[in-house]
Amino acid sequence: MSTLLIIEQVLNGLQFGVMLFLMAAGLTLIFGVMGLINLAHGSLYMIGAFAAAAVAGATGSFVLALGAALAVAAIAGALIEMTVIRRLYGKAHLDQVLATFALILIFSEGTRWLFGSFPLFLDIPDYLSGPVTLPGAIQYPLYRLTLIAVGLLVGLGLWALIERTRIGIQIRAGENDREMIAALGVDIRLLYTLVFAIGAALAGLAGALVGAIQSVQVGMGEPVLILAFVVIVIGGIGSIKGAFIGALLVGLTDTLGGIFLPELFKLFMEPGAATQTGSALASMAIYILMSLVLIWRPTGLFGARA
Amino acid sequence: MIPERLVNWIVFAGLLAVPLWAIVVDEPFTITLVTRAVILAIAAVGLNIALGIGGLVSLGHAVFFGLGGYAMGILAYHAQTYTSLDLFGLSLAGTKSMPIIWLVAVVMSALAAWIIGLLSLRTSGVYFIMITLAFGQMFYYFAISWSTYGGEDGLSIYVRNGFPGLNTLVPIQFFGLCFALLCIVLFLNARLQNAPFGLALNAARQVPTRVETVGLNPMRLKLVAFVISGAITGLAGALFADLNRFVSPTMFSWQLSGELIVLIIIGGVGRLYGPVVGACLFVALEHWLGALTEFWHVYLGLILLAIVLFARGGIIGLLTGKEGAHV
Repeated sequence: MSTLLIIEQVLNGLQFGVMLFLMAAGLTLIFGVMGLINLAHGSLYMIGAFAAAAVAGATGSFVLALGAALAVAAIAGALIEMTVIRRLYGKAHLDQVLATFALILIFSEGTRWLFGSFPLFLDIPDYLSGPVTLPGAIQYPLYRLTLIAVGLLVGLGLWALIERTRIGIQIRAGENDREMIAALGVDIRLLYTLVFAIGAALAGLAGALVGAIQSVQVGMGEPVLILAFVVIVIGGIGSIKGAFIGALLVGLTDTLGGIFLPELFKLFMEPGAATQTGSALASMAIYILMSLVLIWRPTGLFGARA
Repeated sequence: MIPERLVNWIVFAGLLAVPLWAIVVDEPFTITLVTRAVILAIAAVGLNIALGIGGLVSLGHAVFFGLGGYAMGILAYHAQTYTSLDLFGLSLAGTKSMPIIWLVAVVMSALAAWIIGLLSLRTSGVYFIMITLAFGQMFYYFAISWSTYGGEDGLSIYVRNGFPGLNTLVPIQFFGLCFALLCIVLFLNARLQNAPFGLALNAARQVPTRVETVGLNPMRLKLVAFVISGAITGLAGALFADLNRFVSPTMFSWQLSGELIVLIIIGGVGRLYGPVVGACLFVALEHWLGALTEFWHVYLGLILLAIVLFARGGIIGLLTGKEGAHV
């Protein structure tokens, strides 16, 4: 096992983690501010990917496609916030789980009805395809490197938005005391719609970006959704910092586990059985990680409240 | 408004009448549909003990459903291939006998529920929902990568397992068996609800601190409820696998866990017959709407949304005009 391969896998893990962060940031923000558990977040991811694929197919421009993904996901997010989600604040988690589960059913089948069951394809634009040579003569796909950069930039932007702007102050205040901030004259309903739309836009962006390296299809959002939940539970629900660290942990564990666990088992088992056990364990690795974290700290790494 | 007891009797009579009518008009497929509803009802009754009485929102009950299914699949697979099942140095023979399979399914799922419960009950609220979901995914991915028993493709069993004195391949006889089990499970549930244990569990859901002050351990109450709940759902899993003569990792999928909760909510949370009504309605919708449109899940979603937002008591709540107990 060469150092080159290890570095490449670490980069893959980072790329995966950073994309998970885009999903998890929205989820954790929505939970932190509105106390809402949103299963339909994966649908917004899917909507972003479909919007991007449709626009890229029509115009051929990747930048326009990303813009469309952001816009359509944000609008869809704002719409479901105003029609359904708004009624769920302050209700039992069971109600929230069910109502958003219902939204998944509606969105998945609706998309299947609009676009059919066959996957769509979103191509990486020419100026982002092909490998680049990193220091140390490592060849790595430019697009994946771009994803890492975009993810980190969005993370930075989100941090600046929350820590450095007026809206950010209102969001943080909304997390702590919604009656107080409403009394101070902030339109809390509008703020909630905005937070939900921001979360939705991030999910849509992630969907479009990942859609270019995987296929765009109905049901693509649910596996990512569950991983994003694992991320925010590890990080502590409501904490953006936790979501970032959790996302990298999950991305790296999943990618590196798939490569190294079978190798590890080969040290003391016969190759066939080692591959079988190793890959079985690797596919469960992040869930094992999550249960260990929860057993150690029942509210996650950076979580304050249950 | 109809009294709840009457609703229960109507549902009970309907479940018996429809298959009998199907025999008269010779429509065996209807019997299979009702059997499916009965089995899903058993699974949901199991979940309702944890969810309805104990307030434990488990999004991982597919674990037990799947374990029951695989208990049946693995035992029957070894019986039909005449191979032995090697476990910890023991060489066991497979079996095609339902009572033994049920016993194994119940014991395995109870054991899994005990371990998962011990770990998960340390958390609460959203974290509990998420950790049960994570356990579900763990089993799901394990089943997919476990190629000995079919991996992603699952396991087919050629002939339905047998029950002494019955020919289980005759739809109505298999239905009778499942229906009898549903009755037993419902009876247990009714007894449990009014027994000291059920009352204490109910209290532990509402005011854990008070339960603790009178000297009861809410954690232990919830754990026992979770184990009973998992065992019943496991039994349903074994039956479900026998109905289809097929097991696959989808029995572990989180959508299934979600659907089990949906059954309860449609019927009415914390009500004895809630899961039964929910399961019947679900299977009926799946059959009729599924025949009308390929996209029947949209309508299921809309109905679910309407129930969560406007009819918190589910169908039984609507019929009896009472919202009923809630989580």
